[in-house]
Amino acid sequence: MAGRFSPLAKPQGMWWSPLGRDERLWVAIAAIWGLGMFLMIAFIWPAIGNEQNEIQSYRIDPAEFHRLTTEFTETYQIGEMDGVPVVAPPPGSDIYLEAQQFAWRPVVQLKRGEQYRFLISSRDVQHGFSLVMERHSLNFQVLPGFITAIHLTPEQVGEFAVVCNEFCGAGHHLMTGRIIVTD
Amino acid sequence: MQTVISGLARRCGVTGLVIDRSAERLIKFHAVTAVLFLALGGTLALLIALTRWQVVHLLPAKQFYAFLSAHGMVMLIFWILFFEMAGLVFGSTVLLSARMVVPGLGWVAYAMMLGGAVVATGLMLTGRATVMFTSYPPLQAPPLYYAAVLVFAVGAILGVVHFFINVVAARMRGDVGTLPLFTFALAGAGIIALWSLISGAAALLPAFLWSAGVIDSIDPGVYRLLYWGLGHGAQQVNLAAMVAVWYGLASMMTGGRPLNEGLSRFAIVLYIFFINMGSMHHLLVDPGLTPWLRNINTSYFMYLAVLGSLIHGFSVPASIELGMRAQGHRQGLFDWLRRAPWGEPGFAALAVSLLIFGVMGGISGVIIGGPQVNMIVHNTLLSPAHFHMTVVAGTTIAFMGLAYYLVPLIFQRQLMLRGWARYQPYIYGAGMVVWGLGTGLAGHWGVPRRHWDITFDRVSTLPTEIFQTTAVNVFMALLGIGAVIAVIGGAMFVTIIVATVALGQRTATPNLGRVMANAFSSAPAVAGASGEEGEAPVPAHGAFEAPGALVLSLAFFTLFVLLYDFSWFELSTVPWQVR
Repeated sequence: MAGRFSPLAKPQGMWWSPLGRDERLWVAIAAIWGLGMFLMIAFIWPAIGNEQNEIQSYRIDPAEFHRLTTEFTETYQIGEMDGVPVVAPPPGSDIYLEAQQFAWRPVVQLKRGEQYRFLISSRDVQHGFSLVMERHSLNFQVLPGFITAIHLTPEQVGEFAVVCNEFCGAGHHLMTGRIIVTD
Repeated sequence: MQTVISGLARRCGVTGLVIDRSAERLIKFHAVTAVLFLALGGTLALLIALTRWQVVHLLPAKQFYAFLSAHGMVMLIFWILFFEMAGLVFGSTVLLSARMVVPGLGWVAYAMMLGGAVVATGLMLTGRATVMFTSYPPLQAPPLYYAAVLVFAVGAILGVVHFFINVVAARMRGDVGTLPLFTFALAGAGIIALWSLISGAAALLPAFLWSAGVIDSIDPGVYRLLYWGLGHGAQQVNLAAMVAVWYGLASMMTGGRPLNEGLSRFAIVLYIFFINMGSMHHLLVDPGLTPWLRNINTSYFMYLAVLGSLIHGFSVPASIELGMRAQGHRQGLFDWLRRAPWGEPGFAALAVSLLIFGVMGGISGVIIGGPQVNMIVHNTLLSPAHFHMTVVAGTTIAFMGLAYYLVPLIFQRQLMLRGWARYQPYIYGAGMVVWGLGTGLAGHWGVPRRHWDITFDRVSTLPTEIFQTTAVNVFMALLGIGAVIAVIGGAMFVTIIVATVALGQRTATPNLGRVMANAFSSAPAVAGASGEEGEAPVPAHGAFEAPGALVLSLAFFTLFVLLYDFSWFELSTVPWQVR
């Protein structure tokens, strides 16, 4: 059997040797585990889970997205909260949510159990869409010039805060929004 | 009693290595620069943590964001890369008893790295480049900032090239056949560093041109892709370098030899081939990429890199076990562990680094790097919690452990404050564990990273009190208290090194504590024998040579499986369906 060499010294002669029992057992366990994790991510969870990462995206000019958001807000506005327009689009709608320095607009009111397609983009710099709830958050990256599109279905009634978790300038910590879920 | 071979080289009285004096001087410059940046970064860390701990909320917003930007660059890039450069010069010259063949290249590399680092740091500290470590467009810094970072990056590339020139020249001269595993792992780190730095330059060069007004605009999505080609590759460089240090310390502390040399080298090669795929896990909730691209990169390919880490995670403790068993500690499954030199600074650092990197850093990384779980993690405090467990509690502590031996040897001075050094790794590690738990739990609860005020008390439109709960307050307090303890540990290290370099008694044979005499010897050791060649190894239990390390690894694996399963459960409890 070949001798073993210090990692700090030049190995002399033949240092290669076949795997011993310890290594074979451990590598087998590690390799099977890696395969299992791959299957979980690629096949198992997509088949059974309710929270899937299937973000779609589109390119869009920020000015055009702003125009679409304004139009969307005017069409579905039902009121105001702290001076911010609140919209209540019908179930199954496309919802335009715009990030800007330093606010999320508009406030969106949803119906529990219905699916909506959120189209999120930025007017200026990168932002982090973070929908915060008790003990969890849902997070997506928001880039100017791109739409981050995801389908969301609320399962719980309440008011959910939206904060920004990508540094976007001096007022980053002032940036908030709101998503309301009713029955 | 050193032998002066010529004015150009000396033979080390402790290790017997022939040391090129010019290489030694270059190592000293890199090492001192590294420690100075570490001290600065640690100071910034304390101020930042005492600001995020809302009860204290030390810094005003503008300084907080400026210092946070600086802290990222100073620690993740400057401290780590200057130390690694010292290691690269060491591994390609001193360790091989070889000389630098193009010394000028090494010095030019150092000068460029230093100049770029100082300018970039100055700009960030004075609030003129508050764009965070990542400098994501359309956030813009002045052109000088990008230029400084580019100069640093080119300098680092030259430093890596210099390493390879030395190694190749030594091989061509016949001074070395197979590289020591330490140098081999650093070579792996160097290969990864080359394309990481090139990828970063490819991201930053257009950003520079855009900031300077030469080009009109820059695609933020393309920047992110290229940037993270630098970003995660760079961290794999730190991982490979840390693995080199682990094996080196295991050998010095216990006479440990890798269980299977070929397997350890293969694991380094896995890093080289597959880590760049793992860079995708910074882009898991980005627009512009398809689910299949994410799935394949972050799982199938990244898990091959993870396999490399799992191999080292078993092989390093196994090598310690072999070394201790060879010294006669053969009782039961864990006598070798009980009798290990826990009071020796190098072993303390090795053990703390292995434990925290593996259990907290590695497991969390694999979990949050999956596309689905990432949705509940991205840009929360869980991200920094993960990477501080790897790069701080893992890599930095390992580097500190090695420094306790290399600094006295290279500077030829007696280590000062040895009593402090025995406890420093434990204090620093404990601080980081507390910090990591607080920060990670806060992130799980949704607390954002890079954020100055989670009370939102200053917000008049749509404020929220979602983070004003007892749980979050406790987590942020752990963040603050952990940081204080860790910074004390860091300050201890800096003090010990500065005192040693400045005041340590000059000697050609510094007392290194309990270091195995044969750590630098080329003579092979055969496990289980009394050091005589030709004897077959004596397996400890049945046919297993390292049963204790195997049991520890299986316990780690069990924890991994449990936490992994728990993360999917947590995802399923989110009161939203996402598609």
